[in-house]
Amino acid sequence: MTQVYQEPSLGPSGSGDAVLDVRDLSVLFPSEAGTVEAVRGVSYRLRRGEVLGIVGESGSGKSVSAMAVLGLLPDTAKVEGSIRLDGRELLGLHDDEMSKIRGKQMAMVFQDPLSALTPVYAIGTQIVEALQIHTEISKQAARARAIELLDMVGIPDPKRRVDAFPHEFSGGMRQRAMIAMAIANDPQVIIADEPTTALDVTIQAQILDVLKVAKEATGAAIVMITHDLGVVAGFADRVMVMYAGKPVETGTVDELYYTPRMPYTIGLLGSIPRVDEGVKHALVPIEGNPPSLVDLPPGCPFRARCPVAVPVCASVEPDLESATGEDHPSACHRRGELAAGTLTAAEVFPVPELPEPASARVPREQRPSVLELDDVHRHFPLTVGTVFKRRVGTVRAVDGISFDIRSGETLGLVGESGCGKTTTLLEILSLADPSQGSIAVFGKRTGGLRGSERKALRKDIQVVFQDPMAALDPRLPVFDILAEPLRAHRWAKEKIGPRVNELLRLVGLEVGHASRFASEFSGGQRQRIGIARALALDPKVVVLDEPVSALDVSIQAGVINLLDELKARLDLSYLFVAHDLSVVRHVADRIAVMYLGRIVEIGESASVFRRPSHPYTQALLSAIPVPDPHKERERRRILLDGDLPSPTNVPSGCRFRNRCPKFKTLSEGDQRRCVDEDPALTAQGPDHEAACHYASVLEVV
Amino acid sequence: MSALDAAKEIDETALAPIVGGGGRGRLIARRFTRNRLGLFGLIVIVLLFLAAYLGPYLTHWQLTDIDFDNFQTGPSSAHWFGTTQTGQDMFVLTMRGAQKSLVIGLIGGPLTTAIAALVGSVAGYAGGWLDRALVWFIDVMLVMPSFLLLAILSPTFKGKTWLLFVVLLAAFAWMITARIVRSLTLSLKSREFVLAAKYMGVSAPRIILRHILPNMASLLIIDATISVAVTILGESGLSYFGFGIQPPDVSLGTLIGNGQDAVNTYPWLFMFPAGILILIILAVNFVGDGLRDALDPNAAGAKAKAKRKQRQTDEESLPGDTTVVEIAQ
Ligand code: SF4
Ligand code: SF4
Repeated sequence: MTQVYQEPSLGPSGSGDAVLDVRDLSVLFPSEAGTVEAVRGVSYRLRRGEVLGIVGESGSGKSVSAMAVLGLLPDTAKVEGSIRLDGRELLGLHDDEMSKIRGKQMAMVFQDPLSALTPVYAIGTQIVEALQIHTEISKQAARARAIELLDMVGIPDPKRRVDAFPHEFSGGMRQRAMIAMAIANDPQVIIADEPTTALDVTIQAQILDVLKVAKEATGAAIVMITHDLGVVAGFADRVMVMYAGKPVETGTVDELYYTPRMPYTIGLLGSIPRVDEGVKHALVPIEGNPPSLVDLPPGCPFRARCPVAVPVCASVEPDLESATGEDHPSACHRRGELAAGTLTAAEVFPVPELPEPASARVPREQRPSVLELDDVHRHFPLTVGTVFKRRVGTVRAVDGISFDIRSGETLGLVGESGCGKTTTLLEILSLADPSQGSIAVFGKRTGGLRGSERKALRKDIQVVFQDPMAALDPRLPVFDILAEPLRAHRWAKEKIGPRVNELLRLVGLEVGHASRFASEFSGGQRQRIGIARALALDPKVVVLDEPVSALDVSIQAGVINLLDELKARLDLSYLFVAHDLSVVRHVADRIAVMYLGRIVEIGESASVFRRPSHPYTQALLSAIPVPDPHKERERRRILLDGDLPSPTNVPSGCRFRNRCPKFKTLSEGDQRRCVDEDPALTAQGPDHEAACHYASVLEVV
Repeated sequence: MSALDAAKEIDETALAPIVGGGGRGRLIARRFTRNRLGLFGLIVIVLLFLAAYLGPYLTHWQLTDIDFDNFQTGPSSAHWFGTTQTGQDMFVLTMRGAQKSLVIGLIGGPLTTAIAALVGSVAGYAGGWLDRALVWFIDVMLVMPSFLLLAILSPTFKGKTWLLFVVLLAAFAWMITARIVRSLTLSLKSREFVLAAKYMGVSAPRIILRHILPNMASLLIIDATISVAVTILGESGLSYFGFGIQPPDVSLGTLIGNGQDAVNTYPWLFMFPAGILILIILAVNFVGDGLRDALDPNAAGAKAKAKRKQRQTDEESLPGDTTVVEIAQ
């Protein structure tokens, strides 16, 4: 596991065997609106084998600073300061010389490996090329080394895969190949820019593991850039939090996570949904948005969002200094109080109270069911040919799922991409007859509905989509967006105006904003508009399709809290679809975990989290990083092999068996049962079922 | 403090309210009038209409008058635009031609686009058998020799109003645009905002009108402005073969056709009608650009304005510590 450096860390003036030494790095971009101060003074020092996590929201300058180190910024950017690699100044080097360093001494891993790999060459060819550019090596030797590298990063059957093309790999596989390429020349520094952001949690866990292997194999120092404090908690030695182009706090992981000394860090830590904490409590939102980096006003850039700002914050920008002399500097005028404990984290960002919905007091069995799915299937034919279509298989996107939602309840439907959760959701929303099974809304089967009945039913079931920008018509002002459902259901004209205003106020927006277009709002505000629209017709059920996954963490918390508050106030029921169990923990009363078109575990939220019984749920839970370094280091990850199989090719018996960690530990006789028999959901406790022949509780968080 | 209140306070500092409200219609009108060039184009079109209809009253010459003293003479105080070979006054002819061409172009162009938008979007949105039938129809129309058809049909329309002729012109020019509209509709159809409208219970025709077509407004407007020119010129081509506007009536197209051979020798026969035609097309283009910017919230002009506004609000919220302190309390 990660080793933590026990020797005192290098102070700003210390010297030593630093491989990468960045001093006062600043990056300016000219733009039409004015000069963008993307990075305003970043300094750090990395030694061999050390891992530095740089954490920040979008626009904090974290990626730009990394690009500057790699010399990959466009020529228009003005880069100042000093970047020394192994004592050699990189800034001002000619591009040819930089290319010699990139890929040899310094390697990079990007968020989107598809754009970093050339689509027309085989993976192996690209690794061989990377090797041959920088070292004298024969083609055969390079190829052998490429296979060895692919094996090291955990690509199965590397001898065959070495000739595969990037598009034949899944996202996780591509990222592995990228890492193989990065370590090909034994670099001294690896810069990883959000390497796991686009991936599912179980794949993220695999990739983090591969990065650790890569570090051990090469002894390289790693700069890990991420927006997620959880990802670096168990991996990094030091962490630097950036805000508005500047580091606002740096320290060892333990110092930073357990004794944060800057309100922004405190807020970030409080706004992360966590799987390891008591069930259902409110998250701490950091309201507002990061400032624009053009014409930054004087003073602390976090001032507008800081709940404990004092008058001096408006005029003087705090420097990155330590309060107590130890190596844990932060940029805040009140760092002294924070360090001394006279200002506690709970005072900075108090946890908001969440109201309890009235119906929650009635026992579940006595509440009416608002949405019921019974053995719903959705299969698509897989065809080839354009003129004469030939059916070559069936995509079993949804393959027999059942659940019900009672009034005033939130069901979290969780699964990785490709598990069929979106198909399920569309199937519900279309209010049509599913190809097999039945859907009932308020006890009414959707199958036999007439047109007018279906339209009337739409009033009661509404949807909020994942990407608020895509879900709001860019050509319509907000007023029309919100009035649309009202007009569609023939509201009287004079009632529409007041209702729109009421909706805007309900979600915390201003009435005066009605004449603006969606593009003029920030992401969080757009999602609020999306929620307001869903509520326009006073629905009873709202389907939420990953409503916060497109938002920054600090904004996420505000939207989640809003959803919770609305639910209590308007007595709504939610179907909350997510890929992330940690978000769901904060909103859901019950949880259903989906795998390859089926629900594999379902039950009361607390029970599922505390006593996960299906091996897949256990793996999913164990893969979620928690922003707590001690816990992270102690946790044992259950790593799954490979990727989600394709829904055209569902394994016989238990569909999870070829990735199931438990399956491998079973005796041959027991394994037979998994291969032959499709497990049904069986009770694991009151309101808790799992579909596994050998289900047993395993605590993972 | 509840999350809601906090959010509200922040929003108030983040975005200053702007005055005025109302739906899309008024907003577009407001945005259009802010666009100088568009407004200028609109004024030019109005002036052209006025000139075309009132201009002939400024001189005593009539359309059918023949000045036996002036055959093919250049512009003078008696004949501002000169005369033709047969001694007709070019000014009166040009104005009369402009009347016809303005009406033909301004009705025919948008009509062409409207047919294309209707057929294309219905085919794309409905899918299924309706889509297949409409695509088949589009393809049949595409391979149909339109000139021949018009020639065959034109005796039937002889003596009927020439406005019918405009409809015919449009009926043979919409197909290619319809195919583009259809494919755009197919991609818009799966966008989330269209899905959202569908799941809210908005009917298909309304979705097409309010979401699908406005989101391809740029294409439609450009197509309509081009169609104006195409229709005006198409009419002259047909008139040349003896269909459509027939003498003694004239259109800009027929005038240009007649004057073409004399560009070098008697330029006034060609220049004046051609100049008016260019003016019409330019003005229509300006109006089209203005409309497009007014419809598109991301258009450059509108964006610059939004940015300026944003900067203003930033400045307004600069002395924002008051709000910050409020939140702290
Ligand atoms: S300097 Fe002031 S505004 Fe900035 S974080 Fe510290 S207390 Fe808040
Ligand atoms: S049934 Fe067998 S293969 Fe399936 S999850 Fe249980 S142990 Fe694993």
